[in-house]
Amino acid sequence: MIKTDILIIGAGPVGLFTVFEAGLLKLRCHIIDALPMTGGQLAEIYPKKPIYDIPGYASVLAGDLITNLEEQIAPFEPTYTLGERAQTIDKLEDGSFIVTTDKGTKHHSKVIAIAGGLGSFEPRKPPIPNLISYEGKGVEYIIREPEFYRNKKIIIAGGGDSALDWSVFLSNVASEVTLVHRRTEFRGALDSVEKVQDLVKNGKMKLLTNSEVKEIHGVDKVEAVSVKHKTEGVNKIEVDHFIPLFGLSPKLGPIGDWGLEIVKNAIVVDNATDYKTNIEGIFAIGDVNTYPGKLKLILCGFHEATIMVQSAYKIINPEAKKLVMKYTTVSGVTGFDGVKKQQIKAVTKNI
Amino acid sequence: MEENTIKITIIDREGESHKVDAPTDMNMNLMEIVRSYELAPEGTIGICGGMAMCASCQCYIETPNLPLPKMREDEEDMLDQAFFVEENSRLGCQIYMKEELDGLKVTLAPESDIEH
Repeated sequence: MIKTDILIIGAGPVGLFTVFEAGLLKLRCHIIDALPMTGGQLAEIYPKKPIYDIPGYASVLAGDLITNLEEQIAPFEPTYTLGERAQTIDKLEDGSFIVTTDKGTKHHSKVIAIAGGLGSFEPRKPPIPNLISYEGKGVEYIIREPEFYRNKKIIIAGGGDSALDWSVFLSNVASEVTLVHRRTEFRGALDSVEKVQDLVKNGKMKLLTNSEVKEIHGVDKVEAVSVKHKTEGVNKIEVDHFIPLFGLSPKLGPIGDWGLEIVKNAIVVDNATDYKTNIEGIFAIGDVNTYPGKLKLILCGFHEATIMVQSAYKIINPEAKKLVMKYTTVSGVTGFDGVKKQQIKAVTKNI
Repeated sequence: MEENTIKITIIDREGESHKVDAPTDMNMNLMEIVRSYELAPEGTIGICGGMAMCASCQCYIETPNLPLPKMREDEEDMLDQAFFVEENSRLGCQIYMKEELDGLKVTLAPESDIEH
C-alpha cells in the first residue's frame, strides 16, 4: 500500500505543479498516470508545440514546460505510479480513500486531487467488426513484451512512428511481419521509413500500402485477417497476431463511475471556494473540471491547484492553526531533503 | 447577408441538420463553431484544442465547390491515422470561417471511439 498526503491523479502540468504548492505546505504527493511517462497531453499529443500563454514565458515548448516543472518540484520528492490507470475508489470510515489501479496497486490518502485532463489515454481501436471479441486472443493494441511474438506471424496496422518502429523491431523476432497502411506516405521519422524500405527489399517484411484490415477470422483466436486494397480487392492473410497501432485517445474512463457529479464529460466543482467536488476530500483541477466560466488553460489549472492545496492542508491537519500563506520570495523553498533554495545574499561593502 | 456572418449547415452525429450563423471576424474555425453551438458533446470534439492532432473534429464536406483552404501536411497526416476517412474528409479545426465559405454544408464524422 502506497501512503501519501495528497494522491494526484494525472501527471500533466497541473498535477505536477500541485506537488510544488503542496510541498510549500509540507504535504507529500504521489501521482498516478495511465501513460508510462509524465506530461499528460503535453507529452503524448504535442511535445514539440510552443505554448504562448504561460505567464513569464514568451514561448515555451510543451515538452520543455514539463521538464521545467519536474525540476521545480524535485525538492518535494514526488513519487509515481506510471503506466497504470486509477480504476476504483473506496472511502474508509475515517474519511480517507483507497484508490486501486487497473494493475491492482493500492494507494491510501486523505485527499485526492483529480488532475485528469481529458481523461486517461487509451489505444484507439479501428472500426472492425468483432475486434473486441479477439482482444487477448491475438489482437493487441500495445506491445508489452516483444518476445511474446517470437516465431509468430504478425500483422501490424498503422502509419505512424510506433507502427514503423515496431515493424522494424519485430522483423527480427517474429517469423513473418506484415505492415498494413492506408496510404503510401508514412508520417513517421524518415529514418524509420528507410529501414522499413530496406527490410522490404531484403524480404524481411511485407508492406501493404493503400490497404486496410477489414475483417478478422478465427474460431477461438485470430487465425487470419482480410486486407482490402483500394483498387485490387480483398486478400486473406494467415496470421497469429493482429496489432493495430493508431495512437492513443483520451477518455474520462473509470473516474466517471466514482459517484462524482459529471456534466459534459467534466467533473463539476465549486469554483467559489476550492475546486471541491461533491465528494468531501476529492478535488478536481485543470481541464478535467467544469464550472461557470471555466477556461481549459494550463495557467488556470495552476491557479486551481494552488487554491486547492490550502483546503487539502486543513483536511490533513484538522487541528492546525489557520494557515498563513508564505511567499517563496520571502521564505525561499525548502525541499524534503532539507535543501533550502533562497536568494543569494548580496555582498555589501562598507565605505 | 449580415455583415461578418455567414450561414453554414452542420449535420450532427445523430443526423440532425442545423443551419447556424458563423462569424467571419473572430478567427473561429469550424470545430469551434460546432462547440459553441454545442452540436457535439464536450469531450468528443476538439480534444487536442485545434492543433490537427486528434481528428475528433473530422467532418465530411458536402459542398465540394466552395473554395476550402488547401490541406496542410499535418492535417493530411492526422487524417491518415483517423478512422471513417472518406475522400471528402477534413478536420474542422483547419477550416476557418471566411466570407467565401457562405453556404458551407458539412456532416460530422462518427466519434472514433475507443470502446465500440
